[in-house]
Amino acid sequence: MEVNAKIMEMFEKYCKDNNIIGKQKEEKFKQFLEVLEKSAYDPLEAIGIIAAHSISEPATQMTMRTYTMATQRDRLSKVTQGLPRLIEIFDAKKSLEKQMRIYLRPEFNTKEKARDIADKIKAKKVKDVIESDSIDLIDLKIELDLERDDEKDNLIELIKKANIDVSSRGKKIFVKPKKSDVRTLRKLRSKLLEAHVDGIKGIDEVVVAKDGEEWMIQTAGTNLKKILKMPEIDISRTRTNDVFQVYEVLGIEAARAVIFNESKATLDEQGLDVDPRHLSLLADVMTVDGDVKAIGRYGVSGAKSSVLARANFEETKKHLVNASFNGEKDNLSGVIENVLVVQVVPVGTGGVELKVDVEKMMGKNKKKEE
Amino acid sequence: MKIKSLEFKIFSPKMIKDMSAVKIEQPELYDADGFPIESGLCDPRLGVVDPGLRCRTCGGMIGQCLGHFGHLELTKPVVNPLYGKKIYTILLSVCRKCSKPLVDEEELKHMKNPMGEIYKLKKKSCPHCGEKQKELSFSKPTSFREGKNELNPEEIRQRLEKVSDEDVEALRIKGGRPEWLILTILPIPPVTVRPSITLETGERSEDDLTHKLVDVVRINERLKKNLELGAPDFIIADIWELLQYHISTYMDNEISTLPAARHRSGRALRTLIQRLSKKDGRFRGYLSGKRVNFSARTVISPDPRLSMLEVGVPEVIAKELTLPIKVNKYNLTEIRKIIANGPNTHPGANYLVRPDGIKKKITEENKKDISKEVDVGFLVERQLKDGDVVVFNRQPSLHRMSMMAHKVRVMKHTRTFTMNLTVTIPYNADFDGDEMNLHVPQTEEAQVEAEMLMATENHIRSPRYGSPIISCKQDHISGIYLLTKDGTKFDKKTAAELLMAIGLKDKIDELKNEVTGKELFSFLLPKKLNIEYKASIYTRTKKTEEFGVDDLVVIKNGVLKQGAIDENSLGEKKGALINILEQMDKRVAREFIDRVSRLSLEMVTKYGFSMSVSDQDVSDRAKKKIKDMVSGFEEESRKVIKDYESGRMKKAPGLSLRDVLEASILRLVGDASREASKIVKDDLTDESNPVVMMAKTGARGSYVNLTQMCAFVGQESLEGKRIYRGFTNRTTSHFGKNDFSLKARGFVASSYKEGLDPIEFFFDAMNSRENLMDKSLHTRHSGYMERRLINAMQDLHVGYDRTVRDSHNNIVQFIAGEDGLDPSKTDGGKPLIKLLNQG
Repeated sequence: MEVNAKIMEMFEKYCKDNNIIGKQKEEKFKQFLEVLEKSAYDPLEAIGIIAAHSISEPATQMTMRTYTMATQRDRLSKVTQGLPRLIEIFDAKKSLEKQMRIYLRPEFNTKEKARDIADKIKAKKVKDVIESDSIDLIDLKIELDLERDDEKDNLIELIKKANIDVSSRGKKIFVKPKKSDVRTLRKLRSKLLEAHVDGIKGIDEVVVAKDGEEWMIQTAGTNLKKILKMPEIDISRTRTNDVFQVYEVLGIEAARAVIFNESKATLDEQGLDVDPRHLSLLADVMTVDGDVKAIGRYGVSGAKSSVLARANFEETKKHLVNASFNGEKDNLSGVIENVLVVQVVPVGTGGVELKVDVEKMMGKNKKKEE
Repeated sequence: MKIKSLEFKIFSPKMIKDMSAVKIEQPELYDADGFPIESGLCDPRLGVVDPGLRCRTCGGMIGQCLGHFGHLELTKPVVNPLYGKKIYTILLSVCRKCSKPLVDEEELKHMKNPMGEIYKLKKKSCPHCGEKQKELSFSKPTSFREGKNELNPEEIRQRLEKVSDEDVEALRIKGGRPEWLILTILPIPPVTVRPSITLETGERSEDDLTHKLVDVVRINERLKKNLELGAPDFIIADIWELLQYHISTYMDNEISTLPAARHRSGRALRTLIQRLSKKDGRFRGYLSGKRVNFSARTVISPDPRLSMLEVGVPEVIAKELTLPIKVNKYNLTEIRKIIANGPNTHPGANYLVRPDGIKKKITEENKKDISKEVDVGFLVERQLKDGDVVVFNRQPSLHRMSMMAHKVRVMKHTRTFTMNLTVTIPYNADFDGDEMNLHVPQTEEAQVEAEMLMATENHIRSPRYGSPIISCKQDHISGIYLLTKDGTKFDKKTAAELLMAIGLKDKIDELKNEVTGKELFSFLLPKKLNIEYKASIYTRTKKTEEFGVDDLVVIKNGVLKQGAIDENSLGEKKGALINILEQMDKRVAREFIDRVSRLSLEMVTKYGFSMSVSDQDVSDRAKKKIKDMVSGFEEESRKVIKDYESGRMKKAPGLSLRDVLEASILRLVGDASREASKIVKDDLTDESNPVVMMAKTGARGSYVNLTQMCAFVGQESLEGKRIYRGFTNRTTSHFGKNDFSLKARGFVASSYKEGLDPIEFFFDAMNSRENLMDKSLHTRHSGYMERRLINAMQDLHVGYDRTVRDSHNNIVQFIAGEDGLDPSKTDGGKPLIKLLNQG
């Protein structure tokens, strides 16, 4: 049997701690292999059901609350936690409260530099850079009063791109759309105020925080693609909690890792002990096909090949109608299908077909008797 | 015989006719005398539902005859409402004139899903005959329009009929001919599917389906009559539409665009689709939710004298539950004796099955005769007796430890199931009225499987985290701590009594005149055990590790050299002793748990263990310290509030000033509680104080609980915030508006022992109620999550090559769990390396 590197490491440490060397060590290793063999999964073990149990049994003990963290480090994170977050992960939903933890390269690791970067990446909307705005009802135009001069050119450029007339005087910018009545002006104003001017889109809030000895940036909102392109960032440690962004930017294996890490973190945070093997299986189930699938009728369960299994789960009518129209065939290879037709389930001891050779057995007994 | 596969297809009119036993023509059910009308919906050829009658088609009795379909010839065709959308896509994919697919043949060959792709091309004209296509629209569930004209089912059917078999294949319609989606003949389900019930008054009450079918047949007849009479088109169209409505609701009474067909009482009828779907439908309610015989349910109660492997079964229940035993030459005499006991004396028997298959009930009258009659080859249904394997279960069955196999111990005078206290954890049971279920596996195969795989001793270790779950709790821990802590000594007599309680009679001779608790405890350990770990009473105070008297547990060759046994030895998840013993031998571990739990309870009974209010008394010095500390924090909170009100408060990104205020006050309050906890901990140092002892050993409670009892309760919260609701800008009318002070927002400065003032009490109740509501709302969500998880993963299993595969043998993981280790056979997820240290 091949021994996993981590397990091997454990054995080495054990030997070192107990001063086991040379021949003795070989002996112990043999013993250890036996122990490992004993700890292996039995063939046909219903590993999926055990994993599902192990995840959802502690879920009954979780709290529903979404807490607002009051500690210094997480002070802006209104994070969904506990059961709602777990359900969110398994649903493969686009979470509403996305976050990033951005780590910096050593050369940028000072409070000031981190602040600068944080300032740079924070998405700025028009409303963030102006002092005030008003609608000029006589000339039918919008007046924007800027906070600083340096944003002016940027902003003018932006508005020009949208094919709208702009002019400026001092710190003021005047916007005059082609069709200018009060209603379109009002509409335009609200649109304009929300327009993205600077920084990285999606990064709504930033906080510079200290993680151990290190300065890092915590954000609300995420944009992995753009952040990873920045030279100041330590790519290897920067994280986001958005599975889909990771999937798009880094691929399915990375998405799997996010599902695993996020669900583990959610359980850990609640002080619930679940073996990581169960979560890794779940993450694999959600990602085997190469895209992120939800646990539920539109994901894993809906993609099952067995008609009966799908009809039994949810949307019975839809699945039966489609099955008959498409002339589908159910091979009764899964668990629930066999339960439905009252047959032995093909996992565990039900997956074994054994027959006793009675004659042979009797013959053996006879020999013994002799 | 095994069912290998099931196919789903669409019924053709011919198939419906072929399987039909009756042609239905009469809308009436019974004649004046109450007899079913021939060719009516209750025709006797459709099967039997009344006891005593025989089926006119097959001659079977009730239960033998499953019923026979009939058929109804529809006067005019009608759209099958379930396939409305499908018909629409076919119509869109096919030319209105020549019924050929609206694409080139070449293109069609390359399409993966022609039905889903052709209509997206939106061809204006047919590539085969050049016919210009008109715009089609579909409104749920059954009406189609082409341009401005309504398409009636006859027209649709004609178009669908014209689609050639080759094109049907090319379009990948595999369930049957497309025109079969338009009904010309309706299968009438057998009466066994829709049995009528006779009420006490002698009145017959028909099933919902029959009611609906009566409507269909009646309208069908009316349509026929009107056609024969040559009624005007609009009348025909109206009746036709009505027929469509009745057939639509007969199939599915929850179509959103149709008003549901209702019963006289106003209740919506439960028609075909409703019978199948949802929780109480055929699938989830009957097919995957099985019911069983040979089961029992009653209240549970504790019995520390039982082994964790056993379950106490009341004799009344044991007499009712039976096990089939084949009589052979070895057990004949024993079986005879059992039968002679009859059904009313405990190890008796209830039924006898003779080799010819005839079943006989054993009664007090015939028991002697039957006892003589019984011989090899008979089958006897014997009552449950000691040692039989049964499956014990408590709902909700959240994990596999919710159903474990136990051995029966029949209890003469009880009416409840009794169980050992250690298995209370995996079942999540308590004895405040909980009930549990018991199942008796009937075949030898099932019994052996239950015993080998489901026995409690195989589930000591939880697969969830790989540590013991069947373990000691509460008084077990207190008791064993009292026994093993430093200084516990017994005279020979007391020690012998304790040993007797756990059945170690033969060890009494080994006792010295004075026995320490540790020596006594060592009798439970196997001789080859070697282990060393920290007890839970150990608290790390200084930087270097320094151990007090009982802080480090050392066991050498099965002798407890030092250390007190507490939660870290025996508790759930932490219990290092149970953990190592389970690794060595499951049977040994079981015996150990049995004895340890019995011994500790004996000890706690002998010693006496209780707590009183005075145990929460703290010294006056500590009291004053706490008081000063609280007023200090109050002062500080006033400062913060002042800062906020005067606008001097510092901003924090992403938070409003109010949020900043709340955050800093919450921090203050948290600090206060922590501080108080420290003071209490330092003040209550008396080792013999039972409350402290319970907190330290991990038997029950914590220093947080203790602090709330002796210092103050602390902040009450609502929705994760300080209490804020009630009146406008204030919590109760005792405070001014916008009062952010501690007291006004739910800080409870009294302890539970002193008692809370009315306002504090009210806040405490708010908090409690939130928790209560939360809990009950919560179960729904986690229940649904479990259902989804199970459904997504139930087919996964480990292959012989240690990969994880689904039901189609697709690989999901190359090595199960990434390293091939089964968490239920590991030590907290790690390999059992400690085993190498054992002898």
